[in-house]
Amino acid sequence: MTIPTTTALEASEPEEPRVGISTLQRMGASFAMFRNRKSLTGLIILGVFVLIAVFGDLIAPYGPLDKDYTALKQPPTWQHLLGTTHMGEDIFSQIIYGTRGVLLVGFLAGILATAAAVAVGVASGMVAGWRSEALSALTNVFLVLPGLPLMIIIASQYDDPSLFLIAGVLALTGWAWGARVLRAQTMSLRDRDFVRAARANGEPLWRIITVEMLPNLMAIIASSFVGTVTAAVLGLTTLAFIGIIPITNLNWGTILFWAQQNGAFPDYWWWYVPAGLCIALLGMALALINFGIDEYVNPRLRSEGERARAQRKKGVTATSGVTAVRRTPSSPASSPHDETEASLV
Amino acid sequence: MRFFARRAVFYLFTAWAAITINFFLPRMMKGDPISAYLQKNQGKISPEAADALRTLFGLDTGKSLFEQYIDYWRLLLSGDLGRSFSHGLAPVTDVIGTALPWTVGLVGIATILSFIIGTAAGAIIGWRRGRASELAIPAANFFSSVPYFWMGLIAIAVFSSALGWFPASHAYSKGAHPGFTLEFIGDVIYHGTLPALTIVLASLGGWMLGMRNMMITVLDEDYITVAQAKGLSPARVVTRYAARNAMLPQLSSFALSLGFIVGGTLVMELVFSYPGVGKLLLDATNAKDYPLMQGLFLVITLAVLLANILADAAYAILDPRARQMEA
Amino acid sequence: MTALEFRSVTKRYRVRGAGHMLALDDVSFRLGSGETVALVGQSGSGKSTIAKIITQLERATSGEVLFDGAPLPRGGRGLRRYRQQVRMVFQDPFASLNPYHTVRHHLERPLRLDNVVPRDEVEAEVRRLLQRVRLDPAATIGRRPHELSGGQRQRVAIARALASRPALLVADEPVSMLDVSIRLGVLNLLADLQRESNLGVLYITHDLATARHFSDRIMVLHHGRVVEEGTADDVILRPQHEYTRALRDASPDPDRHFATPTEGALS
Repeated sequence: MTIPTTTALEASEPEEPRVGISTLQRMGASFAMFRNRKSLTGLIILGVFVLIAVFGDLIAPYGPLDKDYTALKQPPTWQHLLGTTHMGEDIFSQIIYGTRGVLLVGFLAGILATAAAVAVGVASGMVAGWRSEALSALTNVFLVLPGLPLMIIIASQYDDPSLFLIAGVLALTGWAWGARVLRAQTMSLRDRDFVRAARANGEPLWRIITVEMLPNLMAIIASSFVGTVTAAVLGLTTLAFIGIIPITNLNWGTILFWAQQNGAFPDYWWWYVPAGLCIALLGMALALINFGIDEYVNPRLRSEGERARAQRKKGVTATSGVTAVRRTPSSPASSPHDETEASLV
Repeated sequence: MRFFARRAVFYLFTAWAAITINFFLPRMMKGDPISAYLQKNQGKISPEAADALRTLFGLDTGKSLFEQYIDYWRLLLSGDLGRSFSHGLAPVTDVIGTALPWTVGLVGIATILSFIIGTAAGAIIGWRRGRASELAIPAANFFSSVPYFWMGLIAIAVFSSALGWFPASHAYSKGAHPGFTLEFIGDVIYHGTLPALTIVLASLGGWMLGMRNMMITVLDEDYITVAQAKGLSPARVVTRYAARNAMLPQLSSFALSLGFIVGGTLVMELVFSYPGVGKLLLDATNAKDYPLMQGLFLVITLAVLLANILADAAYAILDPRARQMEA
Repeated sequence: MTALEFRSVTKRYRVRGAGHMLALDDVSFRLGSGETVALVGQSGSGKSTIAKIITQLERATSGEVLFDGAPLPRGGRGLRRYRQQVRMVFQDPFASLNPYHTVRHHLERPLRLDNVVPRDEVEAEVRRLLQRVRLDPAATIGRRPHELSGGQRQRVAIARALASRPALLVADEPVSMLDVSIRLGVLNLLADLQRESNLGVLYITHDLATARHFSDRIMVLHHGRVVEEGTADDVILRPQHEYTRALRDASPDPDRHFATPTEGALS
C-alpha cells in the first residue's frame, strides 16, 4: 500500500495553549443555563425573598403576633406599612416571617421530590424489561392520583405536623412528574454512542449513571426541581388557607386563612392582597428561572428570542419562518419602533 | 390495536392501585373514630350499615387482611361506600351524587374553555411575534403563578362586593326551585360565572405559554416551510399544519394537569361556597366524617383517571404515531 | 496471536407484529492481529450487527463467536481482558464523546479502568496517546468535544480505543461522517497505528475504494450473507459475485469514459 502519508500535526486552534479550565470556570459553564435575562430576573427576585427570610428578624419592625391594640384593622400607615389585622398585628411583619415558612417547606419538598424523581426516573430508564415497566407503572399511578385530596386526607390526620412531614406530603404528590420526564430522557441517553462506548469500555454501571449521564441530565433535573418547588409552595399555601396545617407554621397562606376567617373581605384589602401577591411573585420568579432553563435546553427557543429581538430592532416584525422583505430602504426616522420593550421579555 | 390494549391494561392497573390505596388509607391512619362513632350511635345505624363501615375501615379484626380486602371489593362493586356521619347517615354515594354534577359542570366547562382560549391564544402568539404578543407572556406568567383561591377572593372582592355584578357564593339563589326551567338554569349560570371565570383566568396562562413554546418549535420545521412555499394561506398553515401538531403535547399535558386542576377547583369551591365535591371534602375533613372522605377520594381519583383515558384516546386519534409507540 | 473468529453466526431480530428479521445469515470470518480486514456492505447489510456482537451489545442467535479459540467471556476477569483487548471506534464523532467531559477525562477513564499505567503516569500517558493520533496535547487535552472539529474528535475516539493497548480494533465506519477532505488523513492514521502496534483491524465500511486501499482482505456483505471474500486486490480486480461487481461499478472511476454503459445494477 503506497499512499502518500501526511504526517503534519492535525491543525489545532492557534492561540494560547489552554491546558485546562479551572473548576470555577467549569462550574460557571454548567450554570450557563441561568445566564439569560429571564432567569436572571427570576433569580434576583428569588434572592430577595431568600434575604427576607434569612434576615427577617432584622427587617421586621414587629413580631408577627405582636398585638397593637391602638391600631386595629388599620389601612397602611408609616407605622404599619401594610396595615394591621383585626387583632392589631402588623401585616408587613407577618409577611416577612411568613417567607421563612414558605421557602423552607417549599425547597425541602423540592429536594425530597427531586431526589425521588431522579432515583426512580433514571433507574427505570437505565434498566430494561419488567423492572423498568414496573417502576414506570408506579410513577404513573402517582401521576394520576389527585394531589390535593390526598394531601388533605393525610395532613388532616396529624394535629401538629412538623415541617418535614408537611414537606414529605408535598413531595409525595409532586415527584412523579419529574420521574416520568427523567425516564424518557435517560432512555434516549442510554442509546447514545458515548454511553455505549462507556459500557463497552467496561465502566461500572454506577459510574455510567453518575459521571457520564447525570451531567447531561442536569438541565432537566434543574427544571424539574424548580417546577416542584413551585407546586410545593402553591400546595403549602393552599393547605394553610384551608386550615389543614396548624397555624404554628406561619406562611403566607396562614395570613390568608386568618383574613378569610376574620371577615377581611372585601374591605380590608391590605390584609389579603399582599400575601397573594407574594405567592404570585415567587411563583413568577420560579417560572422565569424555568423559562431560562427551557430556552437554554431548547436551542430553537433560544435563537428564537434573540432573532425576534434583533429583527425588531431593525423595525421588522417577524412571523414564523417567512423572511420579511423590506420594500423601502430603512431610515431610522421613518420606522416608528420605540425602545420600550416589555421589561420581562 | 396493540397500543390500545397496552393502555387499557395500564388504566386498569392504575384503577386497581387507586382502589387498593384507598383500602389501605384509613388503616394507616392513627386513631379509630369509627368505633367511637358506632358506639355512640348504637341504635341509629342498621347492622348492615355498621358492617359496611367496619369493612371499609378495617375494623373487622376478626378477619385476615386478605378477607377484608375481598369484602371491600364486594362492597364497592355493590355501590356501597358507607354512610356519611355529617349527613345524618345518608349513604355516601347519595351525598356525593348530589355534589358531583356541580363540580363536573363547573370544572368541565371552565377547563375546556380555558384550554381552547389558551391554546388559540398561544398559537397566535407563537405565530406572530410582535410586541403585543411579547407583552402577553409576562402577563400570562403572572396569572399562571397566582394561586386559584386568591384569585377567587380578589374576584369576589372586585366583581361581587365592589361592583355587584355577580353573586359571591352558592350555585343558585336561596329559594330558587331546582329544575330544568329556564329561570333556574339562568340562575345557575349567573352564580357560576364568577367561579368559572376565575378558573379560566388562573389556568389560561399555562396553556398559552405551553402552546406558544410548541408553536415556535413546530414552526421551525421544514414541512411548515414547504406548506408556505406551496402558497397556502397563513391561516391554513397555522391551523391545519402548525397548530395541529403543536397541540399534541398540549393534550398530553392536559391529561397530566388534571390532578392539579382538581386541586385548584377544590379550593375554589370553598371560596365560593359552591356545593361541589371540593367543598364536600373540606367540610367532611373538618367534621371528621371519614366515610365521606374516603368515598370522595375514591370518586375523585376515578374521575381523574377517566378524564385521563379520554385525553389519551383523543391523543391517539389525533396522532397516528402514538398508536405505534410504546406506552 | 490474538484472534477473533465468527463461525456460522446467525442473528435474528424479532420484529413486533411482523415475525423475524434476519440480520446475519451464516457469517464466518477470522480476524487476527497484524492484519486489516474490511467488511463492505450497504446500509442494512448487517455490518453494524457484527460490530454489536463483537462489543457484546448483542448476542448471536446461533453459531459461535470465539476469542483466542474460546467463546466470548461473559463475566469476571475474562470479560475484562476481552474488553481491554478488543476495542471499538464508533461512527459518529459527534455522539461518541460525552459532551460534558474534557478530552482528558475521555482518555483517563480507560487508563484507570484497566490499570494500564501506574497512577502517577496517567497524565503523561494521556499526552502520549494524543501525540500518537497527531493531536497537540497542550491544545486539546482540556477541550470539550464541541470545541473540536469532527476530525479531531474522531482522533480522540481512536486514542481512547488505543488507551488500553488492545490487540484488535473494530472501526465501524470511522470516516463516513467526516468531511471528504480529511478522511484520508484519518484512514492513514489508522494504517500507521496498525503497523506500529501490530493491531488487527476490522474496518467496517460501505466504501469499496477505501477498503481496497486500507486492508489486506475484503469481505462483502449483502443482506446478512458473505457473498465474496478474498484479498483486497482479488476482490476488487476480479470480483466473482455480481453484487461485488455492482459495488465496484458504482464507484466513480476517472478513467472510464462516460459513454461506456456499465453492467449490472445495484439490487
